[in-house]
Amino acid sequence: MTASPTTSTTEVPAFDVAAVKKDFPILSRQVRGRRLVYLDSANTSQKPRAVLDAIDEYYEQHNANVHRGTYLIAEEATAALEGARQKVARFIGASSTREVVFTKNATEALNLVAKAWGREHLRTGDAVVITELEHHANIVPWHQLRAELDLDLRWIPIRADGHLDLSDLDRLLDGAKVLSFAAMSNVLGTINPIDQLVTAAHDAGAIAVVDASQLVPHMPTDVGSWAADFVAFTGHKMCGPTGIGVLWGSEEMLDATPPFLTGGEMILNVTKEGFTPNELPWKFEAGTPPIAEAVGLGAAVDYLTGIDGGMQAIRQHEVELTEYALRTLGERFDDLTIYGPTDATERGGVLSFSFGDIHPHDLTQVFDQQGVCVRAGHHCAKPLMRVLGVSASARASLYLYNDTDDVDALADALAAAADFFAH
Amino acid sequence: MPGLEDLYREIILDHYRSPRNRGELPVPPATRTEGFNPLCGDEIVVFVDVVDDTVVDIRIDGQGCSISQSSASMMSAAVKGKTMAEVNGITRAFKALMSIHETSLGGEGAVDGDGDGIEGPEDIALGDLAALQGVVKFPVRIKCATLSWNTLAQALDEAST
Repeated sequence: MTASPTTSTTEVPAFDVAAVKKDFPILSRQVRGRRLVYLDSANTSQKPRAVLDAIDEYYEQHNANVHRGTYLIAEEATAALEGARQKVARFIGASSTREVVFTKNATEALNLVAKAWGREHLRTGDAVVITELEHHANIVPWHQLRAELDLDLRWIPIRADGHLDLSDLDRLLDGAKVLSFAAMSNVLGTINPIDQLVTAAHDAGAIAVVDASQLVPHMPTDVGSWAADFVAFTGHKMCGPTGIGVLWGSEEMLDATPPFLTGGEMILNVTKEGFTPNELPWKFEAGTPPIAEAVGLGAAVDYLTGIDGGMQAIRQHEVELTEYALRTLGERFDDLTIYGPTDATERGGVLSFSFGDIHPHDLTQVFDQQGVCVRAGHHCAKPLMRVLGVSASARASLYLYNDTDDVDALADALAAAADFFAH
Repeated sequence: MPGLEDLYREIILDHYRSPRNRGELPVPPATRTEGFNPLCGDEIVVFVDVVDDTVVDIRIDGQGCSISQSSASMMSAAVKGKTMAEVNGITRAFKALMSIHETSLGGEGAVDGDGDGIEGPEDIALGDLAALQGVVKFPVRIKCATLSWNTLAQALDEAST
């Protein structure tokens, strides 16, 4: 764990990125004869030793199925799962564990909202509003539902500076039943005005759904103050394992939502005539849940909150690093276009860019030779890419374990690519 | 470790910078077929005009990386003016070029890339296309190289029905 002594005199303790780096075993790996420079955390984050150990310990000491065993390790497994739920609830500011539903990932959480809540409450021709900067996970479920219910799917456009264009918001929300939006863009890094959007949705009589997959890992989260109806995010982008995501919902909304997947675990009673669903949150957790993954997510929450200064310190570190990246890359390369807001305080550390006429896929091929991991492609946001007028971009994304050396390695890799393709 | 020079041969970069048969054809008589690489967002459009069992004209549109674009350019040059049987032969030879090396990389029991059961090289001169041989050392990029070929196969299917 990172518990560096506070030597700084500033309000937020000095962020000891060197110590943080040491917490992540994979970051000491060599690839292609070079230091691994991991700049793809918006895709998935790396895992600290504490998370890996927690998963091992669960399997080595406590593994049993949950909510049904009558012996010690089954009780321990149940306590581990529900303990993880408590940690997550506290981490996001939920008022009760009844509001925290474990899913496979954010995609399943958003599908649950669209297909369980949506099928129950939306009627033919109803309007659903999303934005142009959504991930496919917050587009395709609505497309599917549109095909069933002939929904009126409306899009909040983005401005050239990467922020949402809210000038026409009232008209877009007029008569709408749902506003579903990303808290932070996975391509542009744009942080959207959550309070304003939630309030506008409620004023219009629509529910507010927040895809917080990119925000929860990087900034303090308080679903209580957001006052949205549903919030979805995933564990693997916040130092947790894959296979575990979260749907937060207000009790009122979750009560009004029928079960999504059904089977074991999610029932109180089953007869030949029918079934009675279980209480919240288990009503939405059919089948044996991802227990070890939940334990890992709980350990990830402990790890992030255990950082000196917590999520606030992580956010500040990323703002400073993003500023450094925007400045140094901008100074060093004339033909580099970085998309999204130019002010690091208005965005996350997600840097999508085009570089001269080198295709992103060719760019990241050269990066790979330098040990630099960067994503190339449409980032599961094809509608946004069309708005930006590109078919693909390269995307470097920062997290708590990245430092200025990593940004410099990216700059050197860009120089290498320019050199290679100039010949 | 394979170097970048194995992948980005000069002839590949030449086709990328100066693509052959770039553009569109009037539809009809030509057909228009789109291909997508969902991995990276590459989009390719193949216009093909088949008259009396011969590819009399072909044009390539869309956007993508140097490997997908150069492969499409080379493909267009290789199949233009050829009979369907000849095009099929070239396609098989190209796919064999991609898959033989997959087999050797994959070791025992590996199958060729798209599982279509093509085995071994054919006695067909691939010309410039042979430069794409290095792609097999970068497995992720094989899909880039084969995108236009799969799109062409689909286009010819459509043209013949």
